[in-house]
Amino acid sequence: MIALALPAQDSGSFTPPGIDEMHLPAILPWGAHDGFSKQMLLVILSVVIIATFFILAARKQQLVPGKLQFAGEMAYGFVRNSIAKDIIGGKDFIKYVPLLFSLFFFILVNNIYGAIPVIQLPSFSHVGGAYVMAAIVYVTWIAIGLKKNGIKYFKLATVPSGVPWYILPIVVPIEIISNFLVRPVTHSLRLFATMLAGHLIVMLAGSGIEFLVMQENVLLKGASVLVLVGAIAMYMLEALIMALQAYVFTLLTAIYIEGALHADSH
Amino acid sequence: MNQLIISAATEGEAKGNPLIPNVWEMGVVLVGFAVLMYIVVKFVVPMFEKTFAERAEAIEGGIAKAEAAQAEASAALEEYKQQLTDARAEANRIREEARAEGAQILADLKAKAAAESARITEQAHAAIESERQAAVVSLRSEVGTLATTLAGRIVGEALTDDERAARVVDRFLADLETQSAGAAK
Repeated sequence: MIALALPAQDSGSFTPPGIDEMHLPAILPWGAHDGFSKQMLLVILSVVIIATFFILAARKQQLVPGKLQFAGEMAYGFVRNSIAKDIIGGKDFIKYVPLLFSLFFFILVNNIYGAIPVIQLPSFSHVGGAYVMAAIVYVTWIAIGLKKNGIKYFKLATVPSGVPWYILPIVVPIEIISNFLVRPVTHSLRLFATMLAGHLIVMLAGSGIEFLVMQENVLLKGASVLVLVGAIAMYMLEALIMALQAYVFTLLTAIYIEGALHADSH
Repeated sequence: MNQLIISAATEGEAKGNPLIPNVWEMGVVLVGFAVLMYIVVKFVVPMFEKTFAERAEAIEGGIAKAEAAQAEASAALEEYKQQLTDARAEANRIREEARAEGAQILADLKAKAAAESARITEQAHAAIESERQAAVVSLRSEVGTLATTLAGRIVGEALTDDERAARVVDRFLADLETQSAGAAK
């Protein structure tokens, strides 16, 4: 809507794109809602991409892998060994590999969308997806903790051992808040906020370049090159952050699961 | 235009809070992730784990096989070494035996040869002795006969006459010659 209003405005002033610009018009609008958005299409596409790639890579099951199988094994082995095995350890880490593997590549592909020209939209720049992912993890680690330790788990998770009794009234509420209330919020917002900010910066740089190029003044036109250089640097940083956030989200999930499994020793 | 901007502003406010999620998008993410999770649990992880397990098994099997082969080879080497030592000892023993045996044979032969030569010498001595005895005996008997014959002759004739004596001797010698000629015949 603001995009529609822009041309009517005075061309001498620059209106930066805001948060509202994050919502593209729906591809297939229906009812009062936004309808079928680009995000939804990308999420579905990511499932197809990941499933196709890994099934093709794993299908041959050769002892001496080909290029595709080797790439798949590297990717799978990264989540399996560097995240699941190193953090959770033991002999039952393998149970949690599917969850961690799915989380990592689902988030990775949906983030990397933001670095691909034309697509240029990380799915988790909308908070809904991030909420869902964090909620899945939240439910999972609490369920694991309860299954492993029974109802005693809540005591283990909130009452740290070795703390003098007179400090407990302070420590226990802090533990409850940090573990059960703040943790899922930070888990989801960390992903969402980095993706939103990254997308916003790319948009800002894009519209800034467009605005400067449209100026009559040659110096201002030339200044767009500076913005372009900055935008490329930011683009690189964003690409790094996209991969990093997928890793961080999965790593934290592994740490939460490990904490739930070994609640009695923490 | 104003109306448009105002409606955009109110709508923007409704959407504006980025922390308010779109329920439909949440649904799509949830379903999408569930589908992915199903595929991963059902196909991807089992296939990769199977390959990993097979590979580990192949490598471990290979290592075990190599270790077995190495153990076998070192056992065989040990056996060969043992056999070689045994064979050397055997050869030494045989050589020693042969040397001892050779010395024995040589000594035997020497003894035998010495005995033989002694025997031959003994025999020769015995033969010479017996011949000599025979010669002595025959000579003695012949000399006696000759002497008696000669003495009878000399006594049978007159010994005073030198001519006669010479004739007797000549006759005796002629007799002796005819006798020896007859003996030679």
